[in-house]
Amino acid sequence: MNKPLVAPELSLVSQLLPQFQEQPGGLLPLLHAVQDALGFIPANAVPLIAEGMNLSRAEVHGVITYYHFFRSTPPGQHVVQVCRAEACRACGSEALWAQAQRLLGCGAHETSADSQFSLEPVYCLGLCASSPAMQIDDKMHVRMTEAKFSAVVAKFGSTT
Amino acid sequence: MITLYVPCDSAALAAGADEVVDALHQHAEKHGVAIDIQRNSSRGLFWLEPLVEVLTPQGRMAYGPVSADDVASLFEAGFLNGGEHTLSLGVTDQIPYLAKQQRLTFARMGITRPLSLDDYAAHGGWAGLKNAVAMAPADVVQQVLDSGLRGRGGAAFPAGIKWRTVLGTTAAQKYVVCNADEGDSGTFSDRMTMEGDPYMLIEGMAIAGLAVGATMGYVYIRSEYPHAIATMNTAIALAESAGFLGSNVLGTGKAFRLEVRKAAGAYVCGEETAMLESIEGKRGIVRAKPPLPALQGLFGQPTVINNVITLASVPIIMAKGAAFYKNFGMGRSTGTLPFQITGNVLQGGLVERAFGLTLRELLFDFGGGSRSGRPIKAVQVGGPLGAYVPESQWDVPLDYEAYAAMGAVVGHGGIVVHDDTANMASLARYAMEFCALESCGKCTPCRIGSTRGMETIDRIGTAANKEQQVHLLRDLCDTMLHGSLCAMGGMTPYPVLSALNHYPADFGLEAKAVSVA
Repeated sequence: MNKPLVAPELSLVSQLLPQFQEQPGGLLPLLHAVQDALGFIPANAVPLIAEGMNLSRAEVHGVITYYHFFRSTPPGQHVVQVCRAEACRACGSEALWAQAQRLLGCGAHETSADSQFSLEPVYCLGLCASSPAMQIDDKMHVRMTEAKFSAVVAKFGSTT
Repeated sequence: MITLYVPCDSAALAAGADEVVDALHQHAEKHGVAIDIQRNSSRGLFWLEPLVEVLTPQGRMAYGPVSADDVASLFEAGFLNGGEHTLSLGVTDQIPYLAKQQRLTFARMGITRPLSLDDYAAHGGWAGLKNAVAMAPADVVQQVLDSGLRGRGGAAFPAGIKWRTVLGTTAAQKYVVCNADEGDSGTFSDRMTMEGDPYMLIEGMAIAGLAVGATMGYVYIRSEYPHAIATMNTAIALAESAGFLGSNVLGTGKAFRLEVRKAAGAYVCGEETAMLESIEGKRGIVRAKPPLPALQGLFGQPTVINNVITLASVPIIMAKGAAFYKNFGMGRSTGTLPFQITGNVLQGGLVERAFGLTLRELLFDFGGGSRSGRPIKAVQVGGPLGAYVPESQWDVPLDYEAYAAMGAVVGHGGIVVHDDTANMASLARYAMEFCALESCGKCTPCRIGSTRGMETIDRIGTAANKEQQVHLLRDLCDTMLHGSLCAMGGMTPYPVLSALNHYPADFGLEAKAVSVA
């Protein structure tokens, strides 16, 4: 459910475009720039991006939806990523994942009712020697336990 | 002024290194002591992170794992003069885990500050590039060929052959692409290299560029590695202003430029042709080969594609010669590999050793056994597409050919340890599930086979006709192995079949039911 793109957001995309139009393979760097600025890539920006990059809307849509990292809807205030790959599984990440869903009150790729947290599974943060690992916004955490998870999340505000 | 070292590697930061630095500054001020905290790379002894080192007349003394709460007692123990504390580890270089290693590629790791050009140069940096610029391009390629260096990303293809192919082409534009899409669970050596010793990778790529006649290089780094991306971007800018990159590399009149490209969370983009598509700004869909990327790669031009560790191994080969490097290892597996011991292990970290040591040595002499204290049941070697190796095979030397002979792979050297609480049927199912999630969708065996594989494994658990389901699963794995376009679908059967063959009880089967077809 995208909110209609308000003018400042549209103009931001327009401002970003010239930096990437001449760059070989510039679409991914542009999409990263848009998401860095807005937190997501609004559906309404797709025609503008397509026109600016001389691509079809289908091509742009295809790229956005192909890559797990790009989101088409705004995330919650904080993005919680829990690693579910093998090295973390070997040290209890599945229990951590279940706890995250319970504590945040939302499932994979969902946002909590109070819009505080979005929960994402992630497949490896490269911290496998100190598993299980997770990340909240830019901050990574290792050797997680359920108690540590509750404490880390509590710092960011209320949970449902 | 007393010099301290606290790593800035992601794994140290995630364990609270910045908080430790803050606490060190606070307590130093309280005690009226002047300290200089240098943010070095990590030694790769991750169970000891944050590892705090103090420079003393005896050398660097290590303390770890240090939390911010330990800092007060460290000061009381006089750690600034190397005083004894429960977290004392002695002289860092003499910690057995480090002393037993053969660090060639990771020689500077934990010693230098990642972005310091002075530190890099003072510890042997740029020697390989300087030798390379004085040689004919074909001679540089010959050195890499003679070293026996094989692709460290997993496929183990001889790097020199790729380079020779690209050197032999004529094109207006050639490229060097570094595959830094290190998506395999149980691996972090690429991340450590980019965060901890970025100039080594830059030097390796510059040598590759000069050797094959490429003037442009890309480093394709996964979005899950924000620190690596930031460090590489800064390092490239600094190396360029110092004349190691740019329009006139080391005064040779030859150009080589580098650019970081941020990936976007698609595991399959670690496959080289999917990565090229992604750098070109498209969906990361695997290309059919031929044409080989060495002939028609990025933007259709001849392209050298190597993994981070492959390229990072080149400077030492060019500095010390092919023969030096080739002296390490066994058979056709020459040189060293940075093994990564991860998962349920007491002493997880990076162990660089020549090929030929055994898994048992890594698991127990280095790893110290499981973290849970329970028996180790299975070890996945070579990432999510690698086989589960049972105890009966832990004495096989880690060598590309020896592992291939038993249906396993050394891969990128990532080792994930599972204790006896692991259910191998559920891990086999996860392998199929992950393949279904990450398949690019271009070929049928991978796209559909992975989902059917998940369902079949579920039915082995519940259906009455288990043996028929096992037969179906084997048949499906055979199709995926031989019919997939790339390693994603083609190797997902490795973990699945190894789990089935070595741990039939976890599938509710008797050993006789699963005799290898």
